[in-house]
Amino acid sequence: MKFKSFPAIILLLLLSACGAGGVQTNSTAETTSYIENKGSDTIVNLALAWAEAYQEEHPDVRISVTGGGSGTGIAALINGTVDIANASRQIKTEEIEQARANGIEPHEFIIARDAIAIIVHPDNPVSRLTLQQISDIYSGKITNWAEVGGEDRPIVCLSRETNSGTHVYFLETVLRLGDSKAKTLFSMETLLLPSSEGIINEVRQNPNAIGYDGLGYVPDDLKIIAVAETDGGEYVLPMISTVNDKSYPIARDLYMYTAGEPTGIVKTYLDWILSTEAQKIVAELGFVPILLYNP
Amino acid sequence: MEPRKLNWQEFFIPRLIKASGYSAILFVVLIFFFLLREGLPALGQVELDVLFSQRWYPIEAYFGTLPLITGSLIVTIGAMIVALPFGIGTAVFMSEIAPRWLREILKPLVELLGGLPSVVLGFLGILLLSPFLRIFLDLPTGLTALAGALLLGGIAVPTIVSIAEDALDAVPYSYREAAWAMGATRWQTIWRVTLPAARSGVLTAVMLGIGRTIGETMTVMMVTGNAPVLAIKLNSIFRPVRTMTATIAAEMGEVANGSTHYHVLFFIGLVLFLISLAVNITASSVVFKSKKRAERVLS
Repeated sequence: MKFKSFPAIILLLLLSACGAGGVQTNSTAETTSYIENKGSDTIVNLALAWAEAYQEEHPDVRISVTGGGSGTGIAALINGTVDIANASRQIKTEEIEQARANGIEPHEFIIARDAIAIIVHPDNPVSRLTLQQISDIYSGKITNWAEVGGEDRPIVCLSRETNSGTHVYFLETVLRLGDSKAKTLFSMETLLLPSSEGIINEVRQNPNAIGYDGLGYVPDDLKIIAVAETDGGEYVLPMISTVNDKSYPIARDLYMYTAGEPTGIVKTYLDWILSTEAQKIVAELGFVPILLYNP
Repeated sequence: MEPRKLNWQEFFIPRLIKASGYSAILFVVLIFFFLLREGLPALGQVELDVLFSQRWYPIEAYFGTLPLITGSLIVTIGAMIVALPFGIGTAVFMSEIAPRWLREILKPLVELLGGLPSVVLGFLGILLLSPFLRIFLDLPTGLTALAGALLLGGIAVPTIVSIAEDALDAVPYSYREAAWAMGATRWQTIWRVTLPAARSGVLTAVMLGIGRTIGETMTVMMVTGNAPVLAIKLNSIFRPVRTMTATIAAEMGEVANGSTHYHVLFFIGLVLFLISLAVNITASSVVFKSKKRAERVLS
């Protein structure tokens, strides 16, 4: 008997879900304008928080936010399927060319700043590294924690997949130390995990692991490494203040791209994003507001 | 009225069935040609020695597919080592040994297991299996080919059990009775009579199990660590690997349509398709041969 009632319950749940969806669309069907917003997984939480806050004030606007990676968002912009693309890296020249070939001129907005935090297991005694050491760890020159003042344990490097803007940024800024001619690559042993959660999960349970992730995503139970830009330099922890005064070396701008100069509701929305009110949300989510940095 | 309706049905229904049958062939051929069209340009754009080199880092034009191919193979072989004894053992138990009532409970349970979404298994792998493997085997990380193989084995078991059990069940009861009458023990009956008689069905089960394993994507992407290391050493099973399916899934969303990377990903899809095809052809030729021999013996 129990088993027989099971499908009925599922059916009921499905029906109620459909019902709820239906009501929502009906109530806003009349004068709703839609904004399609897609791209970087780093920005997706921020974009969602903005969309929620904005929709509360402007019930006539519906903003749909999806992730997928910076490349995915920009590809969608090139194909003309989104209004706003989120990217945690600047658009590449090839991408601009592809967009122009489709008759689209990408328009850039810097909407916030982000710091990449280097994270390790809380029991790991290592609490500070230089950029050079991090580069050597990820390129496979340093393979044991003892070489950087820790316990005698192998180092397991964790990275995001290659389609992540964070991956490319980390490669350029940390592995290659900002030298555009350098050919340093991630060691082949580096684990490429498809999501931020994957990295955080592995670092949380594995004392051998080292990972990196956007400051906004690092939970309190992981240890953040203080980073020095040069060998004799000062070790700095990523915080809003240290990112703003540029003393923390692994920080970057976050972007939104529109197809051409934005107009109508997209323009109003982007203007709002650059306002003090929206930038407060940036700080709440652990990113760095653009206004404080560049008043 | 009645006969006319029947005629109409008799005209229509066989053709519908025939069309569905042929459509399967048509779709496979179409998919194959699509893969060829999108994948073969990779051979022109990337040198062969690059394509079969050991470094996979596509955003810098390193397109070595060997780590991916060996990664898929080691995970699949590992999964089969897990799934074959368990799957066929369970099938034999359910069909030959278990009492009727137990079988009535087991069969739906196994099929339910087969319906588990692979992403759920992936979560189990990340949260339970991989930490356990790391501590138990003292590995640097638990996200290894072994974790993938164990979970994929679990995914393949229901497929193998379900089909192998049907095949064993289809063996006429008189075969067993004959064996027992000649004094064979239960084990001898199973091993020498029932299993060989159900051979083609059991092989189909194994084949589908392999197919399910090599094509599985979500679970391996979550638990194998995705490090493109050449997996040819004995200890590779305890190291992270990157499979072909995980590579396609992780990277296809990001590539520009028509770029070299895009064609190389389709080329990997083509390799995957050819491997499945080879497994299928080998298995069916074995079945075919065994049938011929059985016919010879009978005559």
